[in-house]
Amino acid sequence: MRTELLTRGEHQSSHALPRVSLPPARDGDAGAAIWVWGLVKRFGATRALDGLDLMVRSGEVHGFLGPNGAGKTTTVRVLLGLLRRDGGKVTLLGGDPWQDAVTLHRRLAYVPGEVNLWPNLTGGEVIDLLGRLRGGLDPGRRVDLLDRFQLDPTKKIRAYSKGNRQKVALVAAFASDVELYLLDEPTSGLDPLMEIVFQDVVRELRDAGRTVLLSSHILAEVEALCDRVTIIRAGRATESGTFDELRHLTRTTVAVETAKPIGALNDFPGVHDSRVDGTRAHFSVDTGELNGILERLVEHDVRSLTSSPPTLEELFLRHYGDELATREVGRELAGAR
Amino acid sequence: MSALTGTGSLTWLALRRDRFKLPAYVLGLALLTLGMLAGIGGQDRQALVDETELFASTPALRIFGVASGASEGATTMIRGYLLLAVLAALMSALSVVRHTRQNEETGRAELVGAAVVGRHAGLAAALGIAVGANIALAATIGLAGIVAGQPTAGSFTAGMATGALGIVFAGVAAVTVQLTSTTRGASGFAAAVLGLAFVVGGIGNMLGHADATGLRLVSAWPAWLSPLGWGEQMRPFGGDNWWPLSLSVLAFVVLVGGAAMLSTRRDVGGGILAERRGDAEATRGLLSPFGLVWRLQRSALIGWAVAMAGFGLVFGVISNEMKDLEGAAAEWYARMGGSEQVLDAYRASIIEMAGMAVAIYTVQILLRMRAEEADGRLESLLAASVSRPRWMWSHLLNAGLGALLLLLSFAMSMGLGAAAALGDISAQVPALIAAGLVQLPAIMLIAGIVVALTGLLPRAAGALSWTLLLSAILLGPMFGAATLQLPAWAQDVSPFTHTPKLPGADFTAAPVFGLMVISAVLVAAGVASFRHRNVALPT
Repeated sequence: MRTELLTRGEHQSSHALPRVSLPPARDGDAGAAIWVWGLVKRFGATRALDGLDLMVRSGEVHGFLGPNGAGKTTTVRVLLGLLRRDGGKVTLLGGDPWQDAVTLHRRLAYVPGEVNLWPNLTGGEVIDLLGRLRGGLDPGRRVDLLDRFQLDPTKKIRAYSKGNRQKVALVAAFASDVELYLLDEPTSGLDPLMEIVFQDVVRELRDAGRTVLLSSHILAEVEALCDRVTIIRAGRATESGTFDELRHLTRTTVAVETAKPIGALNDFPGVHDSRVDGTRAHFSVDTGELNGILERLVEHDVRSLTSSPPTLEELFLRHYGDELATREVGRELAGAR
Repeated sequence: MSALTGTGSLTWLALRRDRFKLPAYVLGLALLTLGMLAGIGGQDRQALVDETELFASTPALRIFGVASGASEGATTMIRGYLLLAVLAALMSALSVVRHTRQNEETGRAELVGAAVVGRHAGLAAALGIAVGANIALAATIGLAGIVAGQPTAGSFTAGMATGALGIVFAGVAAVTVQLTSTTRGASGFAAAVLGLAFVVGGIGNMLGHADATGLRLVSAWPAWLSPLGWGEQMRPFGGDNWWPLSLSVLAFVVLVGGAAMLSTRRDVGGGILAERRGDAEATRGLLSPFGLVWRLQRSALIGWAVAMAGFGLVFGVISNEMKDLEGAAAEWYARMGGSEQVLDAYRASIIEMAGMAVAIYTVQILLRMRAEEADGRLESLLAASVSRPRWMWSHLLNAGLGALLLLLSFAMSMGLGAAAALGDISAQVPALIAAGLVQLPAIMLIAGIVVALTGLLPRAAGALSWTLLLSAILLGPMFGAATLQLPAWAQDVSPFTHTPKLPGADFTAAPVFGLMVISAVLVAAGVASFRHRNVALPT
């Protein structure tokens, strides 16, 4: 659990958190299914990806979090060799996603966020076609998944609702037994019951030792499924690590009652927004400074103490907090609760 | 709230959406009329009489137009009315489908229907602007005739005969959008009705006879069963009958009444006919990029093959009439077909025209590559283990095989038709098949252009491909040589100029080989550049 400031130019707002560097990784890191360093992708004058770092270890479910337009889909498309990178290094399953696209794709399955399929083919035909082109699918799994996702494979694609088209893409991907699953906002349009089925399937994949990159802006889903997360903002990774690591970088909210009056806490390192009323205090504290403040409180004879750890949502909100006023993210987050 | 509440607002919405499309159709058709009338203006009286006589007396040619006398206007209408009327019918039917079924399929109608809008308001608005567009079309075609110096009554009759078919097909589309739940299905149904109208009307004309002057066709009764026939029987510039207009109006009223009744018997978004289900599992043939593309082009290819075989048969059957052709028409064929022997010139010309038609099909099919890419369907294929060259090749191979099949179906049936007219099946069929096959290299050069553009300039590929194809056709034998008589260097730009003019002329390998080499270079350039660029994906 090693954190350090990155030296590359990084915008620091008043409560910006130190960046977590990636573990020292080299080309072809044996443990990494995906290894991206300093990835740059330009579209004309805009830099959609601006030095993105991302490391997904083999066998983990990795959350890739960020608001719309942050560069999640662009990243996935670079990983698939659909877009050519303008800078940085990318290794996927030990190969170059641009050069080795065809051979690498036999070992991965992809679910796009926006599912565009052939309107006059049936769902079953599309599942078989994509499975075969990927190198084959497991007929038993196909039957099982159709049943669990409650998908009628005899309907034409144009007759499916958005959610059902999404299910076609999910079944087509999950029916293939591959090493890596790239899922780009895969549950948009699914109802809550199907969301549960989806989460079950992803857990089974993890138990079977498969690697999953789950790009999402739905925090509950990421929190429920992912071992580690990378948070992306404006084409850069701003955070990466396990939830514990990330929580460590945030503030814990503490409400405390002591026997002796506490006195001012504001000058104490790491304490924010403190309200002290005699023997009662309410404040938030940088999680790394928790020990210090507790020592101080003990001196005042603690009667009761409640502390709430930060949720991923708070973490996320802190990262995008300054954008919330002007962007839709806030509404989306509210909707995702 | 009545069933028509909100029609006014929806009409404005539809007009706003169609503000470029409909005016473009109306002005385009008026300019087409003007161009055809201007084109015929230079011909002498004898040429008009010859052409009119040919159409009045040749049964197979009567399918394409009704002769109503020899004058600039009347002779233009023989060949021109069908084109104008079919385009007006498509304009109207597609417009009605766009503002009704397409709105339902995309879910827009649901949004609108939740507002204060009556059940029939959407249909009424769509029909309103379709009728309005056809009235405008009738008026502008009439004005175009007057500008071209033609009689006023004939000009407006031509306009009304065109607009009348448009109005009927607005009514036809009003019914077909009730039947199927998809935009494609509704448009396809309406197009099938148009095809049927063409066939029935054509049979009526074919079974007719020329009157005493030999310049006017008297159609048989089946012509009156077809809305196209009603327009033709208005006889623009050749009697100017207005009363068949009432048949078109009556048909429109009946169709709209039927549509209104059907629409109350179905759900919004649904159709009277249930959506067909398909296979739960893919057949083996589908499970490759080639198989997928084959499946996607299959129905279009079958439709084209049937049409090509039908036209081939007709053009073959009239060989006997062509044998004795004289005058301006014979010279036209001689210039296009490159032979003094009129039957050889005719056969070479018709096969060349078939080649150009197949080139249109090829461009249309290959441009699906661009649509697959831009609409995001390509993403799923490339994310599976399909290489970009393999994907392009499967499109090209399909297009090439499709073109081959169409050429064969045309040439073979033309050979059979010619054998029926002239005898000697063992000579006719192989000669015409050979003539058909040599069209393929020129078509593949056009295909190479589309592949190269899809790789190099994807965003402009559609517009540029059609422009280049049109240029190749305009500079080629049919227009460049026969009609406009352009200088040789200009004609040489078109690949169609270099196709050996079989069956009259000998086969020469050099131009065929040259076309294939250029085609291969274009394909290689297209595939190589597609390999090295970003895939253009929807965002």
